[in-house]
Amino acid sequence: MAATLIAPAQAQESPYIVAYDHYLEEPGSLEVEYFSTFGTQRNGNDFHAFWGEFEYGATAWWTTEIYLDGQTTFNDSTIFTGFRWENRFRLLQREHFINPVLYIEYEQISGADKILKEVEGHDVESDYAVPNAIARREHDHELESKLLLSKTFHGWNVAENTIATKNLTGGNPWEFGYAVGASRPLALKASAHRCSFCRQNFIAGVEMYGGLGDRYTFGLHDTSQYLAPVVAWNLPSDWTLRLSPGFGLNHNSHQFLLRWGVSREFSGFGDLVARVFGGRK
Amino acid sequence: MISAAVVLALCAPLLSAQKGSYTPDRKDVYAPLGQVPKKAAARRNPLEGDPDAVAGGANLFDQHCAECHGELAEGGRKGPSLRADPVQQATPGTLFWILTNGVVRRGMPVWSKLPEPQRWQLVSYLKSLRPAEKGPQ
Repeated sequence: MAATLIAPAQAQESPYIVAYDHYLEEPGSLEVEYFSTFGTQRNGNDFHAFWGEFEYGATAWWTTEIYLDGQTTFNDSTIFTGFRWENRFRLLQREHFINPVLYIEYEQISGADKILKEVEGHDVESDYAVPNAIARREHDHELESKLLLSKTFHGWNVAENTIATKNLTGGNPWEFGYAVGASRPLALKASAHRCSFCRQNFIAGVEMYGGLGDRYTFGLHDTSQYLAPVVAWNLPSDWTLRLSPGFGLNHNSHQFLLRWGVSREFSGFGDLVARVFGGRK
Repeated sequence: MISAAVVLALCAPLLSAQKGSYTPDRKDVYAPLGQVPKKAAARRNPLEGDPDAVAGGANLFDQHCAECHGELAEGGRKGPSLRADPVQQATPGTLFWILTNGVVRRGMPVWSKLPEPQRWQLVSYLKSLRPAEKGPQ
């Protein structure tokens, strides 16, 4: 029964891995995603962090998402590092010159989390050199908010995200960060036939992200900053592949981050759940 | 305790999903077509007469629209028929505006993430449909 209700759906996924544009998941669709981040580490062991995402379009103006994080630190161990619950709310009904989306996320992660899905506050490379056995003792409950601003014109998408995070454990101050991105499909018109290597299936761009200090020491001092080209390949077989080599821009940053991800969108998931739990026919 | 609250809260969007979805007997389902700004409705399709536009639009429709509006645009469980008179009589600019802005309150997402030429291709395809036909001309 599930096979008849849930069908793969081809989406036009953005190539961003850290930045967000203002587009939400289609209502009733579930997108299942897997991402990896390989990071170099000075004065410590390189690592491979990974996470799974389950992104669901609750309505046309609300997308909710669960993350499960883990990481392998080479010559150390592989551990589960926590979960995140993310919600994005479209604030305006129609498209405008700039389109705002409110992002609210609750995170329950350990100090060993290394997915670097966002960089904020005074996050620096040396924080990640701590052995897993010690880092995982730290348990963080964080509330993360973002204002996502995005605009698409002449095929280009430009996105800016402002981040404010509060660690609910201890007396930590609000921390700030940002992410910006720009991307464009390689071709703007669709071909008459489905094809894997058509230029319109590829979206390329660049994103930049980093910390902006905290409430008491706002600014770029003692922060890490990254620049990362990004590319997405939206396959007609309903899969999307993403690749992004990232480069640290100062001495506080990891020198190199290689990210990649694979995702698939399934339409009709909401209907299936409604039938199972609500008895809808 | 916090974890339990989070799990409970997670169930809410799944169970409340699709509340704003299309109901076939809603007579005002095409009302948004009449709310398009005049200037936008007057826009002409720059791909009018382009023989590839309809075929490309059909391809896009199959990928992005058929799941809600039906494979033949005859209407589905979530979206109304696009072969109906209100749609077929709407100007190309009106359809383009609806595609761009969506009808978010009623469950149709914005499609401005498709580049402008692709949205016009979709309009070309929609305008090629006729109520009795099984596919594009």
